[in-house]
Amino acid sequence: MALLTNRESAAAPRRSSRYSRDLIGIAVILVFAVLGYLLFPNNLALLTRITAIALLVLSLDLVTGYCGVATLGHAALFGAGAYAAGMAAVHGGITEPVSMVVIGALGGAAAGLISGLVILRAHGLPQLVLSIAIIHLFHEAANKASSWTGGSDGLSGIAPDPLLGLFAFDLWGRTAYVFGIVLLLAVFIVLRQLVRSPFGMLCRGIKEDPIRIRAMGGSVQATLIRMYVISGAVAGIGGALSAVSTQVVGLDSLSFTLSAESLVMLVLGGTGSLYGALIGTLAFMWFEDLVSAANPFHWLTMVGVLLIAVVLFAPRGLFGTASALAARLWKGRP
Amino acid sequence: MQTIFSIAVDALAYGMVLFVISIGLSVTMGLMRVVNLAHGAFAMIGGYIASYAARDLGLGYGFAVLIAVFGTILIAIPVERLLYRRIYGAPELTQVLMTIGITFCIIGITNFVFGPTLKTIPLPAELQGSVDLGFRSIATQRLFAIVCGLAVALALWYLVERTSFGIKLRAAVDDAAMAAALGVKTEIVYAVSFAIAVGLAAFGGVVGAELLPVEPYYALRYMVTFLVVVSVGGAGSIPGALLACLLLGGIDTAGRYLMPEFGEFFFYLAVIAIVCIFPRGLAGRAK
Amino acid sequence: MSPIFEVEKLKKSFGGLAVANDVSLSLASGDRVALIGPNGAGKTTFVNLVTGNLTPDCGVVRLGGATITHLDAMRRVRLGLVRSFQVTRLFQDMTPQEHIALAILQRDGRSGRMFGSFLAMPDVMSETNDHLSTLGLLELADRKVREIAYGQQRLLEIALALALHPKVLLLDEPAAGVPQSDTGRIEQALAQLPADLAVLMIEHDMDLVFRFASRVVVLAAGQIIFDGSPADVTRDAHVREAYLGSYANARSVT
Repeated sequence: MALLTNRESAAAPRRSSRYSRDLIGIAVILVFAVLGYLLFPNNLALLTRITAIALLVLSLDLVTGYCGVATLGHAALFGAGAYAAGMAAVHGGITEPVSMVVIGALGGAAAGLISGLVILRAHGLPQLVLSIAIIHLFHEAANKASSWTGGSDGLSGIAPDPLLGLFAFDLWGRTAYVFGIVLLLAVFIVLRQLVRSPFGMLCRGIKEDPIRIRAMGGSVQATLIRMYVISGAVAGIGGALSAVSTQVVGLDSLSFTLSAESLVMLVLGGTGSLYGALIGTLAFMWFEDLVSAANPFHWLTMVGVLLIAVVLFAPRGLFGTASALAARLWKGRP
Repeated sequence: MQTIFSIAVDALAYGMVLFVISIGLSVTMGLMRVVNLAHGAFAMIGGYIASYAARDLGLGYGFAVLIAVFGTILIAIPVERLLYRRIYGAPELTQVLMTIGITFCIIGITNFVFGPTLKTIPLPAELQGSVDLGFRSIATQRLFAIVCGLAVALALWYLVERTSFGIKLRAAVDDAAMAAALGVKTEIVYAVSFAIAVGLAAFGGVVGAELLPVEPYYALRYMVTFLVVVSVGGAGSIPGALLACLLLGGIDTAGRYLMPEFGEFFFYLAVIAIVCIFPRGLAGRAK
Repeated sequence: MSPIFEVEKLKKSFGGLAVANDVSLSLASGDRVALIGPNGAGKTTFVNLVTGNLTPDCGVVRLGGATITHLDAMRRVRLGLVRSFQVTRLFQDMTPQEHIALAILQRDGRSGRMFGSFLAMPDVMSETNDHLSTLGLLELADRKVREIAYGQQRLLEIALALALHPKVLLLDEPAAGVPQSDTGRIEQALAQLPADLAVLMIEHDMDLVFRFASRVVVLAAGQIIFDGSPADVTRDAHVREAYLGSYANARSVT
């Protein structure tokens, strides 16, 4: 009964606490970004790369974490964005960085639409196989169309203009890094809105029980396709960031390996939470940088052990497990 | 004409090798409902062991094949006990991650132990050269691969259709809970099928080494191909897998001969078309 | 009064087995009809045929006078033909509040909105709370469904259906799996259903049927063998035979 009487008064602060939690999240990202800038001034290229991959993992979280679609072909969306931005610069003469990012987002969204239309035709193992086929198809197509994409040599000669006409992309990658962090923050804020919106709730419902959603008059397929397009735009922004910052686009951005790695990062951090996606990316990329300097096969073995350990001991990922622990401690308090 | 004949022979041999390796995956997937991405890794272990036995120890080919098959099974048993057991019935994503993890570990460890180079398995004199068929001659090794594939298909057909183990296996594939209730020891059926599956993978890895070279990233490179075969054929179906292997082997080989610059583009296009038309596989049963 | 919901000569067979054979039925607004029948009579198949989850071999389904046989399940729901499930289908990780809000947003065509939380939509919130409090679920509004009792999940299943503003409600064994001590709450919820709603309830519990229904339809082997008042059903010879078979000389149906 006490619960009932407290409810009306509890509702208002609960809502504002949600937004203050978002502010804390944004602040934490900013603190990490500034720390990275100050601590690793010679390694900003790696940090920018992590930012671009974080966008890919966020995008994967939208379809895998929030909609329950298992895919091993998500790099197709990232690579499409990268190539769209790169080709716009090299062949279309569009070298203004913000426009390049917009083109990347559009390219990613188009790839998302195509992927979604194909992948969502099946479930389970066939769905996984379709996603794998898609990434290979994109890869082979980019390889074949070498006059446009540079083929296996990669697409080079991307020379973005100074950002806003003021900040040139310097040798140390400072501009690119700041640009990347701004893009990441903007996307993060938009996605927090999205996952909380009625549409986000509908997606979570589909993940749990599509039959129930149909029995409520909801269209499962149309909703998932829309989410795939949004996810494509997010991944495409990541790809465009990668094209702008490294000034080359390689076939590895359309690879099965990148797709599988992004899934590993997402699960490591925890699916179904934007924070999990960010934490997973950071942890994985940092770990990779640490270990891969040694023998690449030791790196593979360690990633393998890490994956097995996550599945066995932290199935909800780093963020999921940590927040469950925190919640238990919180409850334990009087 | 010469080209068509070469394509046909290569496609048949390639399809048969695919069949030998993937049929175990198909049966275990149909039986245990595990999306096992590590299957190719067991074929790779087989290839590495056979190469070590034949090239470094100088053992005979037949002996090397035997050591490879049983060695791989020995390695796989603890993996099944300790890791696979935990993911039976788990969500797909969990199974995918666990088995990718196992694949990465196997690649890393195998290359650490045997060295990261391309492994050759020296063929005995009888399998080198070519056989004259009267109007054409074909490489003996290709013929050997085809014969092995047919033998495996026949043996499996006999095992599944004509033995009491086969009856238990079919019952467990259809409805594991019901089979268990009828007194079938599903644990044992699972373990035996897993061992057979791994043994066949190793066998296929060795016999098919001429077509699918044993190299450091073997398990990753062909992981997808094997999964595709199972998915196209329909998990748990021997005729479906055979049909899928011949079909995909044909498309892939023809693509390589006729349009090498497109790589595997047409192969994956065909996969998408087939999966979209037959979402449950060529021999899939409606639920 | 013209019927809001009509089924005419619905047929369906699996292989050679007819699971619905010339089933015809009509409901007017405000009707309370119970559909009963022995196990395997085809009751759930009937619901699936009517809701569009199965395609009939032939026959017509009408809602508010319009033929809906060609529409898929989703569109029938949007037109006001809503069902509940025999085994609850709820989102285990979501709260009752989210369930009801999602149903309301879905009904109003706002479920595709990509910004703003429903918590900030006063109209949705107040309607959600109304639905939850009608069924006594307000206290549980913020719990996850996996944490609440099965009886309460059954109530949520009903609340969810009502939030879609149905014209016709198909309840598939609304009390199945609920401990005896909790069925009273469900019965109370059924008694409070909107008066103008047409309700077809599949139920095994005859006590509940007699208290709830003003009309009883008996389905056996895919055919309707009785359609009439509850008082007459236990006296009907066909019904006794269908239920009791070789025990036909038993005194009464319990």
